[in-house]
Amino acid sequence: MAENYDLIVLGSGPGGYVAAIRAAQLGLKTAIVERENLGGICLNWGCIPTKALLRSAEIFHYMSHAKDYGLAAASISADLDAVVKRSRGVAKQLNQGVTHLMKKNKIAVHMGDGQLAGAGKVEVKGDKGSETLTAKHIIVATGARARDLPFAPADGKRIWTYRHAMTPAEMPKKLLVIGSGAIGIEFASFYNDMGAEVTVVEMLDRIVPVEDADVSSFLEKSLKKQGMTILTGAGVEELKATASGVSAKIKTKDGKVQAGDYSHAIVAIGIVPNTENIGLEALGVKTAKGHIDTDPYCRTNVKGLWAIGDVTAPPWLAHKASHEGVIAAEAIAKELGNKDAHPHPMDAKNIPGCTYCHPQIASVGLTEAKAREAGYDVKVGNFPFIGNGKAIALGEVEGFVKTVFDAKTGELLGAHMVGAEVTEMIQGYTVGKTAELVEQDFMHTVYPHPTISETMHEAVLGAYGRALHI
Amino acid sequence: MPIELKMPALSPTMEEGTLAKWLVKEGDSVQSGDLLAEIETDKATMEFEAVDEGTIAQILIPEGTDNVKVGTVIAIIAGEDEDAGSTKVAPTPAPAPAPAAKADPAPAHAAAPAATPAPAPTAAPAPAAQGERIKASPLAKRIAADKGIDLAALTGSGPGGRIVKADLEGAAASTAAPASAAAPSPAPAAAPAPAQPFETDIPHSTEKLSNMRKTIARRLTQSKQEVPHIYLTVDVQLDKLLKLRGELNAALEPQGVKLSVNDLLIKALAKALIQVPKCNVSFAGDQLISYERADISVAVSVPAGLITPIIVGADDKSVSKISTEMKELAGRAKEGKLQPHEYQGGTASLSNMGMFGIKQFEAVINPPQGMIMAIGAGEKRPYVVDDALAIATVMSATGSFDHRAIDGADGAQLMQAFKQIVENPLGLVA
Repeated sequence: MAENYDLIVLGSGPGGYVAAIRAAQLGLKTAIVERENLGGICLNWGCIPTKALLRSAEIFHYMSHAKDYGLAAASISADLDAVVKRSRGVAKQLNQGVTHLMKKNKIAVHMGDGQLAGAGKVEVKGDKGSETLTAKHIIVATGARARDLPFAPADGKRIWTYRHAMTPAEMPKKLLVIGSGAIGIEFASFYNDMGAEVTVVEMLDRIVPVEDADVSSFLEKSLKKQGMTILTGAGVEELKATASGVSAKIKTKDGKVQAGDYSHAIVAIGIVPNTENIGLEALGVKTAKGHIDTDPYCRTNVKGLWAIGDVTAPPWLAHKASHEGVIAAEAIAKELGNKDAHPHPMDAKNIPGCTYCHPQIASVGLTEAKAREAGYDVKVGNFPFIGNGKAIALGEVEGFVKTVFDAKTGELLGAHMVGAEVTEMIQGYTVGKTAELVEQDFMHTVYPHPTISETMHEAVLGAYGRALHI
Repeated sequence: MPIELKMPALSPTMEEGTLAKWLVKEGDSVQSGDLLAEIETDKATMEFEAVDEGTIAQILIPEGTDNVKVGTVIAIIAGEDEDAGSTKVAPTPAPAPAPAAKADPAPAHAAAPAATPAPAPTAAPAPAAQGERIKASPLAKRIAADKGIDLAALTGSGPGGRIVKADLEGAAASTAAPASAAAPSPAPAAAPAPAQPFETDIPHSTEKLSNMRKTIARRLTQSKQEVPHIYLTVDVQLDKLLKLRGELNAALEPQGVKLSVNDLLIKALAKALIQVPKCNVSFAGDQLISYERADISVAVSVPAGLITPIIVGADDKSVSKISTEMKELAGRAKEGKLQPHEYQGGTASLSNMGMFGIKQFEAVINPPQGMIMAIGAGEKRPYVVDDALAIATVMSATGSFDHRAIDGADGAQLMQAFKQIVENPLGLVA
């Protein structure tokens, strides 16, 4: 059976399913192919279930600090199984939500392994046999998976990837986290809050290395204060699973090799794009560093073939994938003659990044160092949470907001935040940056009192020597 | 709300234009995208599309009116739910149409330009200041103000046509330079319009200058007054190039491509500019802009004057592609149908007068470009080849260089590179 579509989306993660919905809205006859779960990694095994876990950890953290708020909580304890169960429930609910959205938008769902079988053709191998679908356009949204340590592949028992760490069979007593990007730090933070003894190893000279250096050093101090061990400029040279745990050899900054035993290790050293066995090579699809090469409208070098999300260039974030899904769907609709489709090119400078450790971090645009490197004459503002009434009332005085402006034009080049609720606040700067507001627009905005968002106002004022509460 | 329909800026250099023809009349209803009028700019006749929808309540500037300043209200559109008749009354006492009405009969006499030169230099930024609605991001507005770029001259790529930072970055090289050059010296701009009555006893006829002629006059005057030209001439032997052209044309005949010598010279100049990047530049006030691509403006003679369509990235294009593009551009240039982006910009120019038998000449630089190559006729000349007198086909090529940006030795290197490329022409097709 061959069905003919305007668009087939390969992969139903946050990039793929959003692309399919937008395409359907624009009147395209759309199909989506998924090999495992609708919603992809993000809402089944990534962003969403981890946020459910971290929420439990956060509440547990508050309970253990109840005294600070004049409350008493006697004999508190954590039930890891129940925490994980709640997380899986959340993922399931959202997975069903995506099923509903596909149905509502009349998107044909084909479950099975999809493979490009020539221009405009996708072969889907499912439980019920295989079928060939044809389409005018195809979007590749197959995502990525965790990168293994070459000498110690994850076994799911002692050596974990994010996926094992999300559904642990037992609570790790002594945990080694390898890699301090968003995924590594979130799990380090979760298990630390839940009571594990956590060591983080980062090869570069600071943790969360893509963030502003001030954020990295602030977070490192904060995590150490919470009891974490952090080894930067260090590399794991050997990792072996034993009957009772894992043994590791870690080369530290000073060049010495130290041996250590842990109950479990989480490997979070990056991702590998899912580009194999989907027929890219036969079509001659161009890649760069293993990821599919696209233009700002998500076109690949092959006509009618598009790519979005983690399978393409960084940043590898769900909201970047979703946004690219919208852009690609609109660009395709436009090519097919829809006059209501107005695609805009992707601008990586305006994609925010959020890490849900404790304290949270969030940022958009250039770090101070990157801005200086790019030759900007910068004005920098920095405002601490301790100067904010709401933060004090909440008992969340740990954190700051930093802004980086182009001294010449007043363009907001970057914003960097660490502290409570910053992941919910970064959108304020992102909207402003996307609309190309200048410092005066932020200064003239009325921020509600009392909120932590007032620190965002102060950080702008501060860049021009006008902060009020410091 | 009645909508004021204003004279649009259809190109970055356009300050005023001729309302050549109305394509709608009072009472017509218009939709977004409908053609409203034909407007003759300094370079071409362009169509003016409706952005808003409604009914044409009143036409304020009759067709055939010259020198309509950008931003002048030319018609009133009543919105969908409004009565076109009542809308018509409202704007009449408003101040906007008044100067327009005054401007209307004036251009009929030679006196009109005389009255306008004084406010002219300030007129350009004025529309923005008077609150004409230019959609631009706050950042774009600020950068434009800093660099002296006129936002009214740009088209926006943001949501709903909003001008964003990226639009200015593209414009910086082409519009910023002339803007900064024009600012300190309003004199040359005024120079070509000496509105004194011209008297003569010699039998004569008088013809009003076309907008294109005015632009040519203004820009050439500006170039010769502001740009210190130096001229460097080389003789170039053409025999190998002519032979190659013959062979290529025989091979390309089935594809319907016929290369001209000029097509090959476009490519040669582009390659020479990439080889000698110090000549692929613009002098822009307090900075020097070095281009990484050679976009060659090619002088094309048209009935109304001269226009320079651009072969973008000629260094990277095959000669057959250059040839087909050039034919197509020249064809539309003669019909006055080039789009502004097709003739504005360019990193250097090529002017060929060989077909008229001109032996050698010096061309005027087309600012903000840094150089122009003037090509004379290829002719059989007595020529010394291997220490013996022989007959060879030789042409003289003269480069004019902006001496503020380009030193003599660098210009000489470019001429040497150009000669070397033309005399060893296989490199053009490699």
